[in-house]
Amino acid sequence: MLKKVRGTFVMLGECIRMSMDNIRGNKVRSFLTLLGIMIGVTAVIALISTVSGVSGSLASSFSSMGAGRLSVGVTGSDLKTGMTPENLAQIAALDSVEGIVPSVSLNGRVSYNNTVETNVSVSGRNAYYFLSNPDLILQGRALNFIDDDNATYACVISKNMVETFFFGVNPLGETIYISGIPFTVAGRYEEDSGGGVASLFSGKPDILIPYTTAMKINNTREITSFTVYLKEGTDSKTAASEVEEKMDVLFDFEDDCFTVTAMTSIEETMETMMGMMSTLLAGIASIALIVGGIGIMNMMLTTVTERTAEIGLKKALGAIPWQIQAQFLIESFLLSMIGGLLGVAAGLVLSYVLCNVLETEFVLNTGAIFLGTGFSAAVGIIFGWAPARKASRLNPIEALRAV
Amino acid sequence: MAENVFFEMRGIDKDYIMGGEPVHALKNINLSIEEGEYLSVLGPSGSGKSTLMNIIGCLDTPTAGQYTLRGREVEELDETELAQLRSREIGFIFQNSQLLNRLTALKNVELPLIYAGVLPKERRRRAEAMLERVGLADRMDHLPTQLSGGQQQRVAIARALVGNPSLLLADEPTGALDQKTGAQIMELFSELNAEHRTVIMITHDMNIAAHARRIIRIIDGEITEGGSVKDA
Repeated sequence: MLKKVRGTFVMLGECIRMSMDNIRGNKVRSFLTLLGIMIGVTAVIALISTVSGVSGSLASSFSSMGAGRLSVGVTGSDLKTGMTPENLAQIAALDSVEGIVPSVSLNGRVSYNNTVETNVSVSGRNAYYFLSNPDLILQGRALNFIDDDNATYACVISKNMVETFFFGVNPLGETIYISGIPFTVAGRYEEDSGGGVASLFSGKPDILIPYTTAMKINNTREITSFTVYLKEGTDSKTAASEVEEKMDVLFDFEDDCFTVTAMTSIEETMETMMGMMSTLLAGIASIALIVGGIGIMNMMLTTVTERTAEIGLKKALGAIPWQIQAQFLIESFLLSMIGGLLGVAAGLVLSYVLCNVLETEFVLNTGAIFLGTGFSAAVGIIFGWAPARKASRLNPIEALRAV
Repeated sequence: MAENVFFEMRGIDKDYIMGGEPVHALKNINLSIEEGEYLSVLGPSGSGKSTLMNIIGCLDTPTAGQYTLRGREVEELDETELAQLRSREIGFIFQNSQLLNRLTALKNVELPLIYAGVLPKERRRRAEAMLERVGLADRMDHLPTQLSGGQQQRVAIARALVGNPSLLLADEPTGALDQKTGAQIMELFSELNAEHRTVIMITHDMNIAAHARRIIRIIDGEITEGGSVKDA
């Protein structure tokens, strides 16, 4: 009995050896066949690793910038087109609210000496903004309550603006013109750290001025965009409904006057989108794998036809059907696995490169590797099955005649 | 005598469809062979002798009738059992040797032992011994393409014998050989038969058939003569 089991293993070993001989004997054909599987697995690995890397870094940057904040956009009704500073004070007085930062945008033409820059994004903020982001200012001073109350013409500018206007000059105390109005540069602030994909969503402006000054330039009494900073430990969803209730009252319960968005819900939406995207991409990649499998099946059918006489001979020499089937199944399995392993290697290299390009961290995704190799093993067996079965069922008499 | 019966065929018919036409390849074959016999099946092409060989060799089963090989009812066996029976009892020799060109002479001879589950060392030892037996001790690592027709046929004989079968079944074994080489192969067959191995040879050539100790003639699927060569 033991001898028989050992004999079976020896036979299977012999099958592997013969299969490798056959694969090596048809190098070009084998390579072209396994290329399909290789491309499929490469796609699967690269997509999974890259998407999981990107969504990981997105999630962390969202939580770092959006935790404990609500962003409110106001479209207004016919009677009331925005929020007055008094309205904002009412929101700020809510239990869950720590503070409010209005955001009043100007799109302006900015000039200093002979340098002119159009389309600079200028935003009016309040002192609370600088108080709650103490690391923002790198040089000079932040804008304070005095600036807010008196609508002063002071501004802080981004590093980017410093490079544009003040190359080799200390910008502090200099006068720049925003839409023709002179402003004194009070400080310089840091632009987004992190960079990469996350910076697309934060949209920090180039120049910050007091929001009261910005409203005066815009000739308005109303604010259409602001951020609500929540007290620590407040649930953002509860806070959002509290803010919504208050604003409903202010807008006389008219529909569609404003939107309150918790950053955490943006994060959730992003995650869902990423999930859908990776499912979609995995779907496309699995089509590539199926096409690769069909390639393998095609080659195996050709091989079976080519080796009909050999199969007949082996049967005459006493090979039982399952031994013939095993040999061809092993061959397609090996072919597919070689393609799969090459695909895993290529996929890892590709995702490493992609992660570097997208400036996200490369994480070795072992799940993707198992998925890739598992998939190719399955493809080899599934698509090798029919040809191997065909071989095992060949009538030895007819097979022998096919010389 | 019954103890020595190697196989017995009773009322064997074989019909098949070829090109939509039913063909009665074998009609009511009755044949009985004793162990250690040397038999020739002589007949022109299309006479049904190849079909008879396939049934004797357990490559095919009869449509009707009874075939008993060493006490086993062959017509009742499935494909796997037929393969196992072939592996144990029958060594085939084909007209054009049918060696695998990718493998050396030694590996070709080892092939049946792989499927019989013989372990590598034992396999090699037996294959080497068998190649020595057919006089090819110095050609073991040659590929078939590096061997002459006669040498190739000797490798095929070694392959047929390596599993130590009880029956050597040869289909036109000298068909592709010149007369001198053919004669050498015939000599080898006689020697093997002298070692008490049953030998059945299918041929259309009377001169080749004459090497056997018993000849049957088959025409149109029927045995017309079954006497000894001396009587014919």
